[in-house]
Amino acid sequence: MKKTDDNERPLVEIIDIKKYFKTPFGLLHAVDNISLSISRGKTLGIVGESGCGKSTLGRVVLRLIPPTDGKILFNGENILDYDKKKMRLMRQKMQMIFQDPYSSLNPRKTVYEIIAEPLVVNCIFDSKRKINERVLFMMETVGLAERFINTYPHELDGGRRQRIGLARALSMNPQFIVCDEPVSALDVSIQAQILNLLMDLQDSLGLTYMFITHDLSVVKHISDEIAVLYIGQCVERAPSRELFQNPIHPYTKILLSSIPVPSLKSRSIQREVVKGEVTDPINPKPGCRFAPRCKYYKPECLSEELELKEVKPNHYVMCRLFG
Amino acid sequence: MNNEIKNKLLEIRNLKVVYETDLDTIYAVNGISFELDKGQTLGIVGETGAGKTTTALSILRLLPQDIGKITEGNIIFEGEDLTLVSESMMRKIRGEKISMIFQDPMTSLNPVLSIERQLLEALELHNTQNRDKNQLKARVDEMLELVGIPKNRKHEYPHQFSGGMKQRVVIAMALACNPLLIIADEPTTALDVTIQAQVLSMMKELKEKLGMSMILITHDLGIVAETCDKVAVMYAGEIIESGSIEDIFGREKHHPYTVGLFGSIPNLEIETPRLSPIDGLMPDPTNLPSGCKFHPRCPEAMEICSEELPPIIEYGSHTIVCHKFKKEGGVNEKN
Repeated sequence: MKKTDDNERPLVEIIDIKKYFKTPFGLLHAVDNISLSISRGKTLGIVGESGCGKSTLGRVVLRLIPPTDGKILFNGENILDYDKKKMRLMRQKMQMIFQDPYSSLNPRKTVYEIIAEPLVVNCIFDSKRKINERVLFMMETVGLAERFINTYPHELDGGRRQRIGLARALSMNPQFIVCDEPVSALDVSIQAQILNLLMDLQDSLGLTYMFITHDLSVVKHISDEIAVLYIGQCVERAPSRELFQNPIHPYTKILLSSIPVPSLKSRSIQREVVKGEVTDPINPKPGCRFAPRCKYYKPECLSEELELKEVKPNHYVMCRLFG
Repeated sequence: MNNEIKNKLLEIRNLKVVYETDLDTIYAVNGISFELDKGQTLGIVGETGAGKTTTALSILRLLPQDIGKITEGNIIFEGEDLTLVSESMMRKIRGEKISMIFQDPMTSLNPVLSIERQLLEALELHNTQNRDKNQLKARVDEMLELVGIPKNRKHEYPHQFSGGMKQRVVIAMALACNPLLIIADEPTTALDVTIQAQVLSMMKELKEKLGMSMILITHDLGIVAETCDKVAVMYAGEIIESGSIEDIFGREKHHPYTVGLFGSIPNLEIETPRLSPIDGLMPDPTNLPSGCKFHPRCPEAMEICSEELPPIIEYGSHTIVCHKFKKEGGVNEKN
């Protein structure tokens, strides 16, 4: 394989992305100055609690909603500069899998129509026969039996519906997929089936994932690198194993210790329970946004804006005290 | 022996529940039995459609009218069979002696009544000590304080509260009448992990302080490991494995379904390249498989599994309902 610039460069680079929403009460900082990159064939996990901006980030990366500021480089090119026509072609390479397989599929279309739709819209094939072949191939790839081809989504269970969403996303041969909580609506045994499928597909098709979830055990299982979000900011970012072994930011520590572990050992451990609730993302105060809930809080935490600092190779933390 | 009987709060014997619709009969609960002592927490684990919520609703006799029916079995609460008591008796029991925390805090509060009004409702309906209005209001303040909500917020409405706070209000409502038994149906599923940790530790604390019993329905084995004393694993309306927390999390022998459940969760401590999920799907409750209901998905199924109902194998407090262990030589084996 020839070593080109292309291979070293991350597939997706997110640079200083900001997304603010106007509300009657002020500016809602959904995503605030986040920079991330995802290498080819790897998975970046995005974790955080509800309202931290993880879904907004996923949508901004695919340019489904325009960011307030920043750049999104795909293969080194800023997709925010693309015109409509170019963007349309670009969208074939980047797809999304949605959280709720019950509401993200059109209830009035059959499985065939749902999977074929992107192929038809983008005029990929010139004959119906080829489209049929492709649809059947996609169904086989994601493990949907051929007999479901003329069924409607309501006839199928959550796991199978999520497979349809996946087949649809994959039908365009994308390079990059944003998975927005793809397994959180599913039962554990089905969840494991879908996670295995996603990992197998990554191996065989060389896909790059941005995996958004609130479930830390899932994110550890599937990701190479993890970014922890808190009220629109990335507070810690590290390779998956490093993050779980040596969490540095107080928020990450609390997040990790909050996971109930299915073993007897966990009963004896007195867990750290964080006081208070997530603060309002509308017009946030300068400084550390976790400070009001943090037990190490010192007045200087609120004095100035913080930046992500590299404390160890590839391990970035945004904290005045531990960074 | 006498002591043992005194301590028993709830006993369910061979409970069967069906939902009858015009088209089908759904066999939701198929002959389950369990006991709960005072002060104990029982965890009921299982996937969607295993019959966990139906079990809870039958205890409170809240099954949908005309559709859901208890066809067989007894629910004995404090020596009284709840399947036989009158509806007006049942109303006294609900909320006062047994109360329920529902899954979704966002929809289980009334949006047009203030928090105080909603908490007062339960207290007024079960005002057995004839307390006056001020005493009841004082009780509301006390309950809010107990669950960590400042009492000056009691005049606010549910939409002004965050998810975790709403769930705490729901818990305060359930606790208001000092019930003997609390049934919590997925109390933290709709919450974030840090808020979940807050709510769980609060529930554990309150349970110990007030000496209640609890039935915790969940699909999360982690929550069970942390909060329960006993566990029952349900599959297709049956309890396929039950035992003390040590039996389920500490022993080697398990029902193949329980093994599958554990294999499906990514382990945080050990790195596994692949999960080992259970193949296939839950069986259709209108048309359950013969023999062992798990056999079509079971990696260790034998011929006998599709033909005969599996035996109940006992190892002390640990019971497994599976043919596999009979072969290994222990019908009613005790150790």
